[in-house]
Amino acid sequence: MIPTAARPTLAIHKFSSCDGCQLALLNLGEGLLDLARMVDIRHFVEAGPMDEEASVDIALVEGCISTAEEAERIRRVRANSRYLIAIGACATSGGVQALRNLHDAGAWTADIYAHPQYIDVLANATSLADRVRVDCELYGCPVNGHQVLAAVRSLLSGVTPLNDRDKLCAECKRRHNVCVMVARGLPCMGPVTATGCGVLCPTLGRDCYGCYGPAENVNSAALGRQLEAEGMSKEARAGRFLFIHSNAPEFASGGSSGED
Amino acid sequence: MERFLPTAQFQRLINLLRRDGYDCVGPRVRDGAIVYGPLERVEELPVGWHDEQRPGHYRLARGSGRRFFDWANGPEALKPLTFASREVLWTVVRDGQGSLRFCEEVPEVRPTAVIGVRACDIAAMHLQDQHFGYREYQDPYYNRRRRALFLVAVDCARPASTCFCHSTGDGPAAHAGFDIALTELDDGFIARARSERGRDLLAELPTTEVTPDHHAAAGAQHDAAVAAQTRRLAGRNLKASLFAHLDHPEWDAVAGRCLSCGNCTAVCPTCFCHSVGDTTELDGRRSTHHRQWDSCFSAGHSYMHSFVVRDQTVLRYRQWLTHKLGTWHDQYGRSGCVGCGRCLTWCPVGIDMVETANRICGGDGDAQP
Ligand code: SF4
Ligand code: SF4
Ligand code: SF4
Ligand code: SF4
Repeated sequence: MIPTAARPTLAIHKFSSCDGCQLALLNLGEGLLDLARMVDIRHFVEAGPMDEEASVDIALVEGCISTAEEAERIRRVRANSRYLIAIGACATSGGVQALRNLHDAGAWTADIYAHPQYIDVLANATSLADRVRVDCELYGCPVNGHQVLAAVRSLLSGVTPLNDRDKLCAECKRRHNVCVMVARGLPCMGPVTATGCGVLCPTLGRDCYGCYGPAENVNSAALGRQLEAEGMSKEARAGRFLFIHSNAPEFASGGSSGED
Repeated sequence: MERFLPTAQFQRLINLLRRDGYDCVGPRVRDGAIVYGPLERVEELPVGWHDEQRPGHYRLARGSGRRFFDWANGPEALKPLTFASREVLWTVVRDGQGSLRFCEEVPEVRPTAVIGVRACDIAAMHLQDQHFGYREYQDPYYNRRRRALFLVAVDCARPASTCFCHSTGDGPAAHAGFDIALTELDDGFIARARSERGRDLLAELPTTEVTPDHHAAAGAQHDAAVAAQTRRLAGRNLKASLFAHLDHPEWDAVAGRCLSCGNCTAVCPTCFCHSVGDTTELDGRRSTHHRQWDSCFSAGHSYMHSFVVRDQTVLRYRQWLTHKLGTWHDQYGRSGCVGCGRCLTWCPVGIDMVETANRICGGDGDAQP
């Protein structure tokens, strides 16, 4: 348990990412002020404080490991932190950057950039857990700020943060939404996606695209076959399963199964 | 007591209920389905709408008819009105001295009249009454909502292809457990009252005598609704048969298709499983203890001291069926299925629970109730 005498310290680190998870924390508004009262925020570039090498009780880490420099830096962050929480799709599975793992990224850089010699990336973009020990993973693109606060609260109380990997459908039904897959034939990823977002998409009448990553005990192949039977092309199915979490093995199977 | 309520006077029923202090709730078209919502005027009901249902599929279409209840059912039964999908049970506050103060949160409920309740859903509610009202283990949260209900049932005239309530003995006509039941005909309703307050209300409505023609039309309509149901479970009590076939290959076959998503249990009007959890405010001074719908398809349902007992879909699916159609008989004296067909329709991959159960039980289901 974190001692309560001194205010616990916290750092928010960024790796290869869009900064959206840090924005999700900034968007907490009053919740962020509460957080700043409860903990001493030592490093949070988006909000002001900067001390990248600070030794802290809790590190919240956004982004995937995409370069050699990052592979080195995440080891320092790990060494400097009692608890390391991966936040967001990039940090938990590699995120959209991991799409390049499916192709020859070197060939892409030559096609796209005028001076590809300045691009220095690892062969694969990976999650934090592929590189260092991670104490807790909070999925989402972006992460849900309230989930982050709940995880921090748990650590402050000395308990393991809740890791709810139930299917999105469970929460969708609790919200009394009409299922967009059954009533409208939309290719919803809810049955394979973890809960946590507050069912944003189906509540607004659209299909989930899986940004919270794989739920526990998923059957991507069965969902892929159902989408195929509904007339979705193999390419479109792959796009669905591999969009945000292509590097999550549970989704990879759904993205590659079935006929063209 | 039985009277004929002409269509032109139907609004009066709602007016009287509102006068007596009830919030009225009825089926309404929302987001492509028929679900309960607040009701003030009869025109808000799904006039002329029909539902087309089959496993994994639900669509609404509007016809030219003028009937209010010419459809079978939507994704939600009465369950959300009595067993809340998520609710706070108690809160705890830490005061300045560091001691804890616990406070029970009992829900504020308003008297609610539900118009258009189906027979299957009333049967399911009676099963949940047994569960949440078991001896000294009364559930105040459920009971409060349950006791606030005034039920206006409607007999089914147009079952969906997924309905099989006749084979479970729960429909398509409502027989008990309501205040007033309606049989909808082209020009009005045969209304029968079953409770004291139902009789009082019916006596105040501008009704006429029920004629032999009305009875004949209602009888023919009922017979047609029964005949329309072709699906049926192999027997009313499948317990022995299911437990004799725990190694049947069909369990693996269905688990290969099942998403373990729990949609079937969420829409099932008799499923009562829930989990509890706590939400603590960041400053640690206040915490709420809540419960929410859970499912035998979740990992938490069989989590025991660091491991999940049913860690595979095949075990979870078997748990659902052997409990629902098997061990419910021991607990509640009947099967946990009332034949509403929702778990077939609202399964995203269209798994047909009836076909699965019948295949596993082979021909040896016990046909006796
Ligand atoms: S809309 Fe999507 S998330 Fe909601 S129940 Fe249907 S499949 Fe599940
Ligand atoms: S098991 Fe299926 S058909 Fe039976 S009551 Fe539940 S949802 Fe309805
Ligand atoms: S199960 Fe029976 S009572 Fe329920 S909707 Fe279908 S036909 Fe009507
Ligand atoms: S039977 Fe259908 S609704 Fe139920 S858990 Fe399996 S896939 Fe989901």
